[in-house]
Amino acid sequence: MAENSSEAIIQISDLYTSFGDAVVHDGITLQVQRGEIFGLAGSSGCGKSTLLREIILLHRPQSGSIRVFGKDVLGLDDEAALALRKSWGVMFERGALFSSLTVAENVGLPMREHTQMSETLINELVAVKISLAGLPASAGAKYPGELSGGMRKRAALARAIALDPELLFLDEPTAGLDPLSANGFDELVLQLKKSLGLTIMMVTHDLDLLWRVADRVAVLGEGRVLGVGTMTELSESPHPVIREYFYGPRGRAAWKQSQEQSWKQK
Amino acid sequence: MNLISGNQAEATIAIEQAGNVVRCAGAWVLSNVFNLERTLASLNLPATGEWQFDVAGITALDTAGAWLLHRAIQQIDAQGCSVRLRGQRSEHEALIQVVSQAERAPEQQATGRGITWLERLGLVTWPHITQLVGMLAFFGESVMVFIRSVAQPSRIRWRPILYNLQHAGFDALPIVGLLAFLMGVVISFQGAGQLQRYGANIFIADLVGLSILRELAPLMTAIIVAGRSGSAFAAQIGSMKITEEIDALRTIGIAPMELLVLPKLIALMIALPLLTVFADMMGVLGGMVMAKSQLGVSYADFMDRFDDAVKLSALLVGIGKAPVFAAIIAIVGCYQGFQVGNNSDSVGKQTTISVVQGIFLIIVADALFSVIFSWLKI
Repeated sequence: MAENSSEAIIQISDLYTSFGDAVVHDGITLQVQRGEIFGLAGSSGCGKSTLLREIILLHRPQSGSIRVFGKDVLGLDDEAALALRKSWGVMFERGALFSSLTVAENVGLPMREHTQMSETLINELVAVKISLAGLPASAGAKYPGELSGGMRKRAALARAIALDPELLFLDEPTAGLDPLSANGFDELVLQLKKSLGLTIMMVTHDLDLLWRVADRVAVLGEGRVLGVGTMTELSESPHPVIREYFYGPRGRAAWKQSQEQSWKQK
Repeated sequence: MNLISGNQAEATIAIEQAGNVVRCAGAWVLSNVFNLERTLASLNLPATGEWQFDVAGITALDTAGAWLLHRAIQQIDAQGCSVRLRGQRSEHEALIQVVSQAERAPEQQATGRGITWLERLGLVTWPHITQLVGMLAFFGESVMVFIRSVAQPSRIRWRPILYNLQHAGFDALPIVGLLAFLMGVVISFQGAGQLQRYGANIFIADLVGLSILRELAPLMTAIIVAGRSGSAFAAQIGSMKITEEIDALRTIGIAPMELLVLPKLIALMIALPLLTVFADMMGVLGGMVMAKSQLGVSYADFMDRFDDAVKLSALLVGIGKAPVFAAIIAIVGCYQGFQVGNNSDSVGKQTTISVVQGIFLIIVADALFSVIFSWLKI
């Protein structure tokens, strides 16, 4: 694998998926580069989450190829699949924290399972991850059921980065959060990317989040990729669906806000 | 994990006494941390002087490695040396910075104080008492809702009642029938040996008839239904509680008691006596078949004797217990369902409790019935 700055970590080509008669992906081709935050947008039911599930080996497409770190994920044996799974972290939409374990146990689980570190070191690292995810240290002893929605998302993020993955998948990271928590989450994602050098792929319809943190965004629709590029590029796209997506009432508000922000930064 | 990127260099740490340098090199990443941690523990960390951590040789660093580095520095620092970092790359410095700011979790306070046996007894007993009180309250509430519904029959929800009748009653026929039949066979078989010794073959009808009709059929049926339906009630209500469906019902203005508990209670109180009658028939049939094959008592002789020996009261006593058992099963199952907390673990726990408690209370109630019936000389 070539070590250069524009190395593609995820390469998807000619992906075709259908559920019965419903075609979800009809020839999707995408690349995610090392070190970028890549957003996957599109209306509900356009197959964003399915695409994510296919990349992380939870669902098998009918045809096409997906390469992650240069390996074809559709033709892996169990051992290679496990190695690949250890190299990424996934944060699920509803957290998917194990409800019978405390937050600290949730975060420590991948480390206890896959490394031989001492219990003391694991506990210390768990505290580091919990703090990195922006949770107070006291949250570690709590059960997921005792946390608020925003804290649960942060706990899920702490578990996703437990094994220091190079690649992080976020499924709807800000869905169901209040604007304040969502803003906090934007910052958190940016900070993690900066300090840990992560490559992040996120599925979201949160336009604010896309404007603020995404380096590049792909808009899915009609089973295909309607457009890929930076948010500014996409906002100038002539495609009607993309225009509708960006210039609907909500899209405009997010766009305006991002403009104001870049203005302030100048 | 850097296995994937092909970045799997060894990580090393070494102390150079000349020049007071601790030299770190290689890939300080999670996969190497285990070895690093051991090396660190075996090193004789310096206790005095000025030391420099030379990290120029570190090729890769992640949070695990950064934390270990931070910890080593802290350790030496705490022993009274002054420590400086040297040769770090800017991105590594940022990472070390981030990690060192991590707030430490408050140390778990060990419960050093021993608890006395009295305290422990209290701790074990108290939840049982509160549970009993809670269940009584739940029972009271159910009875109130039941009375209200009877006063206003239009409020009774027939659809869920019929649904529960089918699932808790009709669908249980095969298993109840089979087990009752086998029970009759076993009793008859066990009794046959004893009765034959005294030439009292015909009394097999008394033995089978009374034991099945008075005790075994109602008890067996109730236990089977507690296992089948009591657990289902607890699990259904429990998962509805987790997904906030119970709260949704309340918001829409439907009392969960009326929609979820009452139909189950009514359906079970109808179904269980009927199932008991079926179990009576199958049990006696099983006894009859065995009596013929083991003792040579013909079906006609058996029925003749059965008619004389078993009075109607025996049947009624058995069936009369069934509604009480039904109420216990429904109330315990639903109550435990409502006790489910907000994690999936507790669904399993409460479901188990519902079955255990249900069967326990059924047997207690059966014992009470025996006492009462012997007073009443039935």
